[in-house]
Amino acid sequence: MFELFKTRAEASGNTEVKRFETTLEALDFINDFLKEENIQDVAGSYAVWADGPLLKQIDTKVMEKKFPGLSFNVTRELAKGARVGISQLKWGIAELGSMAQDSADVEQRLASALSWIHVAILPTTKIVANLADFMKKMHPKEYKYMTLITGASKTADIERVLALGVHGPDRLVILCVDDLEVEGA
Amino acid sequence: MKIDMPKNVDEALESTSLSGILDRWDYQGTRAKAFEGVDFQALRTRIAKVKGGVADNFDEVAETFKKNAEANGIKVFRASSAEEAKEYIANLCKEKEVKKIVKSKSMATEELHLNKHLEQFGIQSDETDLGEWICQLAHHTPSHMVMPAIHLNKEEISSLFSDEIQQPLDNDIDKLVKVAREQIREKFFEADMGISGANIAIAETGSIVICTNEGNARLVTSLPKIHVALVGLEKLVPNYEDAEPILTALPRNATAQLLTSYASFISAPTLNDDGTMKEVHVVLMDNNRTAMAEDPKFKEALQCIRCGGCLNVCPVFRLVSGHVFGDIYTGGIGTILTSWFTDLKSAEEIQAFCIGCDKCKEICPGNIDIPGLILEIRRRKAAKEGIPAVYKGALQVINNRKLFHSLLKVASVGQKPFAKDGFIRHLPFFLSNFTEHRSLPTVAPVAFRDLFKTIKQPKSDTKAAFFAGCALDFVFPKTGENIIKVLNKGGVEVTFPEDQSCCGIPHWGSGSFDMAAKSAAHNLKSLLEDDPQYVVVGCASCTTALKKEWVEVLQSEGMDDLIPQAKKVAERTYMFTELVNKLVEDKKLIPKEGVDTHKLTYHDSCHAKRHCGISQEPRSALSAAGYEIKDMKECDTCCGMGGAYTIKQSDVSMNMLKRKMENVQETGAEFVSAECPGCLIQLGGGLDKTDSNMKAMHPADLMIDKFQ
Repeated sequence: MFELFKTRAEASGNTEVKRFETTLEALDFINDFLKEENIQDVAGSYAVWADGPLLKQIDTKVMEKKFPGLSFNVTRELAKGARVGISQLKWGIAELGSMAQDSADVEQRLASALSWIHVAILPTTKIVANLADFMKKMHPKEYKYMTLITGASKTADIERVLALGVHGPDRLVILCVDDLEVEGA
Repeated sequence: MKIDMPKNVDEALESTSLSGILDRWDYQGTRAKAFEGVDFQALRTRIAKVKGGVADNFDEVAETFKKNAEANGIKVFRASSAEEAKEYIANLCKEKEVKKIVKSKSMATEELHLNKHLEQFGIQSDETDLGEWICQLAHHTPSHMVMPAIHLNKEEISSLFSDEIQQPLDNDIDKLVKVAREQIREKFFEADMGISGANIAIAETGSIVICTNEGNARLVTSLPKIHVALVGLEKLVPNYEDAEPILTALPRNATAQLLTSYASFISAPTLNDDGTMKEVHVVLMDNNRTAMAEDPKFKEALQCIRCGGCLNVCPVFRLVSGHVFGDIYTGGIGTILTSWFTDLKSAEEIQAFCIGCDKCKEICPGNIDIPGLILEIRRRKAAKEGIPAVYKGALQVINNRKLFHSLLKVASVGQKPFAKDGFIRHLPFFLSNFTEHRSLPTVAPVAFRDLFKTIKQPKSDTKAAFFAGCALDFVFPKTGENIIKVLNKGGVEVTFPEDQSCCGIPHWGSGSFDMAAKSAAHNLKSLLEDDPQYVVVGCASCTTALKKEWVEVLQSEGMDDLIPQAKKVAERTYMFTELVNKLVEDKKLIPKEGVDTHKLTYHDSCHAKRHCGISQEPRSALSAAGYEIKDMKECDTCCGMGGAYTIKQSDVSMNMLKRKMENVQETGAEFVSAECPGCLIQLGGGLDKTDSNMKAMHPADLMIDKFQ
């Protein structure tokens, strides 16, 4: 299931899928990633991290100190100036390479829709086969706002030529974490 | 820079950006890939069932939606007309002191001319979908439902953007997109209200579903404190699970994607980022949809999911785009929606662009007979206003084969009597004066009906009645003779019921169903006279009449007593190569041994492929006769003939031919074959214009000495 998810997601437009056995390894990756992307306290170089089960496992104060410019309080202004937006997703859909977001809290949307790079954390165990299976798992009766995200923001409105990052991220990095569901949500 | 929208066919055909852009995209190839592993027929049957069921119960489903959405905290307003919808939104803006609006793509708001309406109250609406924004800057209407600015090239767009930001820009598409991001982003943050459409509205849960690739709908519904969704009644589905087939078909058919980048389900108001509660309004708009649902024919069009796939495969749309072929809603489906939602008069004009090739019908995920409904617009117009007297006169003449024959005898000598008063222009295509582009095929000195009497045939118990059609009877009698000779070798004796007349396709295509029915009635009697085992036809269009249209047209004209006979004819009718293929399979027709192989490309005429479902049989029959088939690109795309179409829309027709010829010649084949005299005239005429040695020939002429 993971392999199909990875193949389909990586074909959906500037998307990378990485897999980690443990949350700790994923966190190490995020650390390196924020360094690599040169996150700092300057508009355009912020990082925002929307609330999610994984955050229970880290000391956000320490992280914020380590990365001035990283904020766990996602406001519209910070998100607007963010290079990286991090959030945790609920489900993956293998056949489509899509992920489902519980978007009821606006900060989930701000972090994933305004930044240049969306880093999406997904428990590997929560990947289902197809859209029909997903719809059995997540129902609008329980979720006020939910979004299926597939690849980066894109358009072909000019001469049918694909261009990325129209209004949202021009890059999507998906971190599939094997032990996350067990320890987290 | 001011860029004018093309107002007519000539301007559209001359525009360099229009024709190229859609053609460079291999829509059909990428679409097929996106549908791998999906049973498209089952999928569209499901969608048609769900949406058709809703159209039967608009009121009930709309009330369920209203009840459930309101229970979630969404305000729902049911607008019966465009006026009511506009008034509701305008009043809401006044009440909430809204000055700035950001919009994500919504065809329904285009239908209302909403931006213009709000502008008079000093409210600025900004489109945020890139294509829509480009159209807004250019003061153009969208030319395509999914790709609104497909009629503009990057140079034109760069110049529009440059004017907007007062800075010079180059033509790099990535950079242009970033300019748009920067410009529009501010607007999201400043707006007091966001207006969206919806792709689906789910009654069971009171949810709307919005799909975008750019992500603008997520911002439109998140940053401003008020969200208004304008939703046509036809977007309703009863249950959550009904969204699944639509979400499966929509992105695959629209842009050959498995899913759009973002698909949002909004079911209730959520908190804004300042802690206040968002206001969510859904305006459920009727605007003649209920009336449409009550029309037994047009109800079907409410199954449309607005994927725009029909535009991408339409050979006419691909040449002239939506400003000529369309109004607010564009292309074939657009013509139908226009006739109900915006402007019937304009739809009655636009319908003439449809050549009836049925290419769109094949890929429609709502299972809508788009060309059939366009023909229905034409039929109603003809019933209401009648058709021009001179045209009617011509159609009457071809229904009387004997009169036609005697007139043609005169024509073959001089053609003068026909030239008078433009009468000739309304005769079947092959007699019309299109010398401007091609040479007029001459009327044969001896018609098939006279030639037939001189043909000696071996006697057989297996008899086939030959339905010649006007073209083989009067222009290509030799092909008729060859058909008989090939069938004779397969042990079939061919009769020619002399009383036969025109098959009625020209009448049917012009919307004159009454005359088409008369023609069917007349022919049925004649064809069944000797109770033949087969009825054989050498023309794909006539084949369609015999196999399909006669039954339908008799039904539609209330001539039910003739339907059993029409069904009998339909069952016995074979297109020539279809019968040859059967005779070869039955080992009754044996190919000669040691014949030289020749390379051939086969053009699928629209009538054969999509109306009758015949595409493999001609290829097998021609292969058996020693031809190596080399398929051309888009072998089943219309050549542009379309009967009277080539006269009424001659420039479009010629441009369709030009594209066809490129594909034909690319194969390097020696022959191009098609089993339709109309296509052959078109293809032959096209070849005449080139240096090519390739010949356009009827299968019978290619098979004459290939069987034992």
